[in-house]
Amino acid sequence: MKPSREVGIVGWGSYIPRYRIKVEEIARMWGVSAEHYRESFLVQEKAVAGQDEDTATISVEAALNAIKRAGIIPSKIGAVFVGTESKPYAVKPTSTIVAEALSITPLTLAADFEFACKAGTEALQCCIGLVGSGMVSYAMAIGADTAQGAPSDPLEYTTGSGGTAVIVGPSEESAAVLEGSVSYVSDTPDFWRRNECRYPCHAEGFTGEPAYFKHTVSAAKMLMEELGLSPRDFAYVVFHQPNGKFPLRAAKLLGFRKEQVLPGLLVPYIGNLYSGSSLTGLSAVLDQANPGERILLVSFGSGAGSDAFSFVTTDLIREKQGAAPKVRDYINAKQYLDYALYAKFRGKLLLRR
Amino acid sequence: MRKVAIIASGMCKVDRHWGLSLKELFSRALEDATKECELPKIDAVIIGNMCGVDLSWQNNIAPLVADYSGFPSIPAFRVENACASGASALLAGYLAVASGIHDYVLVGGVEKLTEGVSSDITLALAKAADAETEIYYGASFVSLNALLMRMYMERFNVDRHPFAQFSSLMHRNASKNPYAQLPFEISVENILRSEPIADPITLYDCAPIGDGAAVVVLAPLDEAFKHSDSIVELAGIWCATDTIDVASREDPLFMRSTFEASRNACKMAGISVKDAQVLEVHDTFTITGFLSLESLGLLPPGGSPTALEEGVLSPGGTWQINLSGGLKARGHPVGATGVYQAAEIHQQLIERFPGVKASPAEIGLTQNVGGVGSISVVAIYRRVK
Repeated sequence: MKPSREVGIVGWGSYIPRYRIKVEEIARMWGVSAEHYRESFLVQEKAVAGQDEDTATISVEAALNAIKRAGIIPSKIGAVFVGTESKPYAVKPTSTIVAEALSITPLTLAADFEFACKAGTEALQCCIGLVGSGMVSYAMAIGADTAQGAPSDPLEYTTGSGGTAVIVGPSEESAAVLEGSVSYVSDTPDFWRRNECRYPCHAEGFTGEPAYFKHTVSAAKMLMEELGLSPRDFAYVVFHQPNGKFPLRAAKLLGFRKEQVLPGLLVPYIGNLYSGSSLTGLSAVLDQANPGERILLVSFGSGAGSDAFSFVTTDLIREKQGAAPKVRDYINAKQYLDYALYAKFRGKLLLRR
Repeated sequence: MRKVAIIASGMCKVDRHWGLSLKELFSRALEDATKECELPKIDAVIIGNMCGVDLSWQNNIAPLVADYSGFPSIPAFRVENACASGASALLAGYLAVASGIHDYVLVGGVEKLTEGVSSDITLALAKAADAETEIYYGASFVSLNALLMRMYMERFNVDRHPFAQFSSLMHRNASKNPYAQLPFEISVENILRSEPIADPITLYDCAPIGDGAAVVVLAPLDEAFKHSDSIVELAGIWCATDTIDVASREDPLFMRSTFEASRNACKMAGISVKDAQVLEVHDTFTITGFLSLESLGLLPPGGSPTALEEGVLSPGGTWQINLSGGLKARGHPVGATGVYQAAEIHQQLIERFPGVKASPAEIGLTQNVGGVGSISVVAIYRRVK
């Protein structure tokens, strides 16, 4: 897919809460081997939202950084979409809270997107359509989550908190110009959370081959075929990161080298940011990319689907990189929690009301 | 009573077959059987299956697979004896042909475990134990076998090392088997390091969860030569039981069901169990493998570690066991496992097994266990031509 008008990323920004919990600490709590989880998931620690943080606050922080890099007046943004599966309100948009906090209201579209871990890139596809058609000048897609994992479930070792905002605008103002995109979906029940359930369910091994790998590999292949590109044409590839092994394996299946993946592979340090996962990987790559480099972004959302995008960076990327804190700055600023504080911060304790 | 022969066998790779249903898995195995032999007109279909109701929400499995595979309007039924369902179906097929009621019986086993998540599968499998005295108290198959392994280690003063040696041998055998679910080698050191499941059982002591199907075609021995130039006689087959709960047994480390089934099957075939040269024995867990070898009468109690050390159980040894990789590494699609074993021994004796080949053998044996030894089926196979 490609819009009729050339568009690109004019600003990007991320936010990762400063709190971390190590895999060892979670394993200690449940009396299991940390080594097993470290080796199985290639995760060392994960980011944990503080007591006063949620998807709305994470989105606002990330969006402020994106606006700084875009160098635009917020009110020019004609759409604010928040992709998440941890909405602070079941009914009431997060996007209006974010848009209001950023002084983007009232003349803007605002909506929350849900597609498991790919809601952020789904929002990005819509922003590309809106700007590409000329309906709006700028549109902002946010992928952010404070992901839920049931205590002692394998998910608990990876469910992280954080997010990224991407502002789509005209190509001439862009740090990275879009070459094309693909969306690939099917009804695949690999992971879900039903209404009023606190924690998600997953179908264990079924989340691999028929879900993650089928969709990411298919979307990436289709996009490369459509654009006449091969893995060696890309400087970077960023996948959705439910753990460290899946993106590396998807890359290998497609013929990418490890060096193309590692700059955007953040899950070992912050966990899986769900809707924010692949976009934050993209953000980390944009933080360090040189002009004229090609980036492949491939998201994955359970249920299931993948969006694939190809971007080429421009000369503008240099000046924008230093305009806001980088992903690595957030990763390096950290404070460890023990399981007790983590349980309190994540609302896992039943309190007397 | 007529003599009974196996004239064809087929299997599909044990795996996580996300895209294949019970009937599709079965038809894959049947298709495999037709590669080497044009099938005669089938008179009856008998299917071993354990978990179809719990995991696939499917009862009435025999007509389901018979119809899908192109055998309408003939007798078809399912046999359920937990993990021994497959060999129990083989026994039912044997009785049908030996009695003269049917001439050509298609015996199959099919299982689809990956329709559920681990907790569903664990519960479905635990239903082979005594619900009243075991399951309600939280026992699972892993925990019951962990108790047996602990008892074995204490009684015979061994550590986990011989169990890891057994597992390593199974993986080495499976590494050449195209039908195996885990066709890779693994060192004893890595097995010893694997994740605890229920102490002292660790991950590599356990058979994996997988889907699969296997078939064998039975015929009267006198008619068999019309259909195949490689004939294996099903020379003896017997089923025996024990208390369903482990706690009621005089000695939990002795599988009386296996001992009795072995004794009677060997008597039918006119052999001693030690005459068997190539064997497929039931090793859901490494401890089950040890108890199987010892209860069959091949090895004395506590004799498995020494036999492993001496290499008598390895390819080329006196008793070549589980050249398929066994349940441990070929995989354990529960209700189909007994039919896999029969197909493997059939192919070994006619020298067509595609994995590790036995040194030329005339006598084969399979032992398929249900529950924690509450039922066993032992079959003896003899190469005729």
